[in-house]
Amino acid sequence: MATLSPLFSNWFAARGWQVHPHQRDMLARADAPAQLLIAPTGGGKTLAGFLPTLVELADGDHTGLHTLYISPLKALAADIRRNLRTPVDDMALPIRIEDRTGDTSYTQRRRQRADPPHILLTTPESLALLLSYEDAPRIFKGLQRVVVDEIHALAESKRGDQLMLGLARLSTLCPDLRRVGLSATVEDPGAIARFLARHPDPCDILQADPGPDPDIAMLKTDMPPPWAGGGGRYAIPAVLDQIRGHRTTLIFHNTRAQAELFFRDLWMANTDALPIGIHHGSLAREQREKVEAAMVAGDLRAIVCTGSLDLGIDWGDVDLVIQVGAPKNVKRLVQRVGRANHRYNAPSKALLVPANRFEIVECVAALQAVRAHHLDGDPRGPGPRDVLCQHILITAAAGPFDADALYTEVSRAGAYATLTRAEFDACLDFAATGGYALRAYDRYQRLPQRPDGQWQLRDPRAARQIRMNIGTIVDTETLKVRLKNTRGGAPLGEVEESFAATLTPGDTFLIGGQTVRYEGLREMTVEVTRRADKPPKIAVFSGTKFATSTQLSDRILSMFRQPDWPELPRHTADWLRLQREVSQLPQADRLLVESFPHDGREHLCIYGFAGRNAQQTLGLLVTQRMEETGLHPLGFVSTDYATLIWGLDPVRDPAPLFASDTLHRGFETWLSSNAVMKRTFRSTAVIAGLIDRNTPGKRKSGRQATFSSDILYDTLLKYDPDHLMLAITREEALRGLVDFGRIEQMLARVQGRIDHVTLPRVTPLAAPLFLEAGRIPVKGAAQERLLADAAEQLMATAGLS
Amino acid sequence: MRFEQRMNDVRFSLNGAELSARASGALWWPAERMLCVSDLHLGKSERLARRTGQYLPPYEVRETLSRLEDEIAATDAATVLCLGDSFDDLSAVNTLPEDEVLWLTRLMAGRRWIWIEGNHDPGPLDFGGTHLAELQRGPLTFRHIAAADPVGEVSGHYHPKARLAVRGQSLTRPCFLIDGRRVILPAFGTYTGGLRSDAAELCALMAPDARAVLIGKTAQAIPMPRGRVG
Repeated sequence: MATLSPLFSNWFAARGWQVHPHQRDMLARADAPAQLLIAPTGGGKTLAGFLPTLVELADGDHTGLHTLYISPLKALAADIRRNLRTPVDDMALPIRIEDRTGDTSYTQRRRQRADPPHILLTTPESLALLLSYEDAPRIFKGLQRVVVDEIHALAESKRGDQLMLGLARLSTLCPDLRRVGLSATVEDPGAIARFLARHPDPCDILQADPGPDPDIAMLKTDMPPPWAGGGGRYAIPAVLDQIRGHRTTLIFHNTRAQAELFFRDLWMANTDALPIGIHHGSLAREQREKVEAAMVAGDLRAIVCTGSLDLGIDWGDVDLVIQVGAPKNVKRLVQRVGRANHRYNAPSKALLVPANRFEIVECVAALQAVRAHHLDGDPRGPGPRDVLCQHILITAAAGPFDADALYTEVSRAGAYATLTRAEFDACLDFAATGGYALRAYDRYQRLPQRPDGQWQLRDPRAARQIRMNIGTIVDTETLKVRLKNTRGGAPLGEVEESFAATLTPGDTFLIGGQTVRYEGLREMTVEVTRRADKPPKIAVFSGTKFATSTQLSDRILSMFRQPDWPELPRHTADWLRLQREVSQLPQADRLLVESFPHDGREHLCIYGFAGRNAQQTLGLLVTQRMEETGLHPLGFVSTDYATLIWGLDPVRDPAPLFASDTLHRGFETWLSSNAVMKRTFRSTAVIAGLIDRNTPGKRKSGRQATFSSDILYDTLLKYDPDHLMLAITREEALRGLVDFGRIEQMLARVQGRIDHVTLPRVTPLAAPLFLEAGRIPVKGAAQERLLADAAEQLMATAGLS
Repeated sequence: MRFEQRMNDVRFSLNGAELSARASGALWWPAERMLCVSDLHLGKSERLARRTGQYLPPYEVRETLSRLEDEIAATDAATVLCLGDSFDDLSAVNTLPEDEVLWLTRLMAGRRWIWIEGNHDPGPLDFGGTHLAELQRGPLTFRHIAAADPVGEVSGHYHPKARLAVRGQSLTRPCFLIDGRRVILPAFGTYTGGLRSDAAELCALMAPDARAVLIGKTAQAIPMPRGRVG
């Protein structure tokens, strides 16, 4: 048991604090080369991570950088700096603390490079940038500890992979470096430990007392939820009651568009004028900061938000979390619920609001999973190679390197431990020459090899371009939205470029809770006024659409096996019972497929329970096959649990449609033309350094010179189908938006056991699908036909025919 | 202005000449059996690698040539006219790989070939064919950049593209811009972007009743989309 020096124990005593056991344990294990702490929110996790640093620096003997703190959020880095000041100032410790993010001024950043503070708080991207400088060894000289905060969130993304490659580099520069990871509750602590450790060294895991179970239930409403759709607006009166009954309520939504709609309606029903704000990732920074400040000051009674508030600042007074819409993922639900009540040993309070009838079932399943402490998560697979390509370029920007040494170093990041030398060499070749089968660029090699075998940038000016492209977040192209006035106007946020493209002057849309009128586009900015005289279109935000996790889907399927459902509201239990009577309920080891006519069309409903993205892909593949076999599909719609297809002819035997080789073949052809694949390719190409990030200024001047990455995709597919970028794109397609991996899981689960039920009319379980938005017309017929119709209409309107 | 929307092209007349705007982006003049393409930008990936260190897939020359070959075969053109910016720069002419040089030479054999000067290249002098700053042929004038107050002018340079909202989806396609006095061709080269038809330059050049012919799988005429003032 480590004992605190009197200086520290007096400080704790003076504040009336007890040292938490895990804080003491972290101090005792301060010498561990890698240490993971898993603790609930509010458990003094950050202080536990920093205590050893403060103790080691207390004597004032250390010069230069001692501890590097990495957080996924810029705001968090700044917030931690302010919080650390308290103990440091109170105890008059000789410690300099600074943060460094994309928002730090140029002068400040230069000074930090010349004279680093003792504690530097930063983000994965800023660290990568520091590592790309030639003087990186000098900047990091003497570094003892690195603390990675919210490591559970980083471990799920390419930002985390980039960070771990950076730490591999740091460990070479500073062999004594100790790593600490701070994590919220996760399903597989061992996986996070392997992610953090310097492979193959071990990493110790410390589990803090998880505290009491959360107090979590479904919100009772007078009205049952609607049959289909999202948003949960039927629950607004009940939500307002809850806001009145609590100090501060966070109202989470799964998408930004739903948050906007809910906020507008909540505001209209808010007759008491309770102070309520909205916060999501597409709002302007100024707008978000205003809401955050009001929140910290305790001025707000509720915030309607999205994943943008999943991490970060300790909001203090939040005593209720409301999740609108099915949580989709139990782990994220538990972490969100943890945002309420940041007091250790007090249960967090949360309410779930199912947005439709099916989500009631999903919410009940999620509640059971929370009570059983059964979290979900899918293993991420090997480290993505586009991130490695960028890392190789960053390494080259810092100076000449030896390929053998870099390969060994990279293999010490857990995610890249299984990387083969051939895979590494392919990435190196890509970075050096573009890696094309046609060796066109060998004479302009970006990284030529020196006589001593080291790889080096041919043109040192290329380092600047590499630095400008650092990072693994690739945004969809967005345009800023501003109020139009003579002095430029206040920024409101961003909308996707493709959404802006559909606007004509006079159209209205929702942003930041207000309806605005589109006036025009000026210098890549959407100008709007507050003259809103039409019902709004909803801005299409890029926010990720989460699919229901495999574990949660399995839980729903096992609920279906029950003889009855006393835990469900009666209307919902009746619904399931009726489905069992007329057809059957889907089962985990079989695939239920229903055929029925409706409204003059033949319908096919496939209950794959593979999650929204995979069901969508399944819809595309199955309709493609139906088109080939002359079944005339017209369109389809998908949810997390089923895909409904309609067409002219009935499907008599669905089995061939789901043959594994048929689907795989379909997938391969489909790769060539699909917009989702092209988007995946673009982000891979940006991360790997094939194309530059679109900086706004560049986009404006580029015009004729810049062209769509889709052209590159088509060209590569035709002339160099085995190219590294396409290999990575295919790999990415197995997860994410395409999620073919889950279709494969589903096929493995049902093993060809297909139950085909033919019925005279729509079944209870299929009925809500008819009300779902997001119907997709079948390709082939689609775009050219629509274009021709639209063109004809336009010509006629203009009198030009 | 006569205009006829057909399955795979749009027929129109310009200063008395009957022309066809093809889905490929090429302009076909049947009476003269002349095929006109603009802004091939051959060697673009090579130039980018040489000048900026960006390594785009080096296959755009063969892709452009193969599409040009298809168009020559489909029309059986007696004359091919390249309307400027045929090569991305002069150096790109010299660094073209041997097999691509042969390919281009093969295409040129047996027909008349005219290179109009562009702002990127004064014309690839190492290749045969006729080199001209501009060409006057019958009622039409061919030049790289549109001039003020033309009559029957065919030009390129701007790489026009147009945007159309179709049922809430936005669709952008390269396009011809056509009015009673001129036609501006889309870029034929594979690695080319575009300038939207609502850009001020293009709005100033084209008459109010101008049309855009969107290209791609089919050629499709629409009123030229313009930015609105205000």
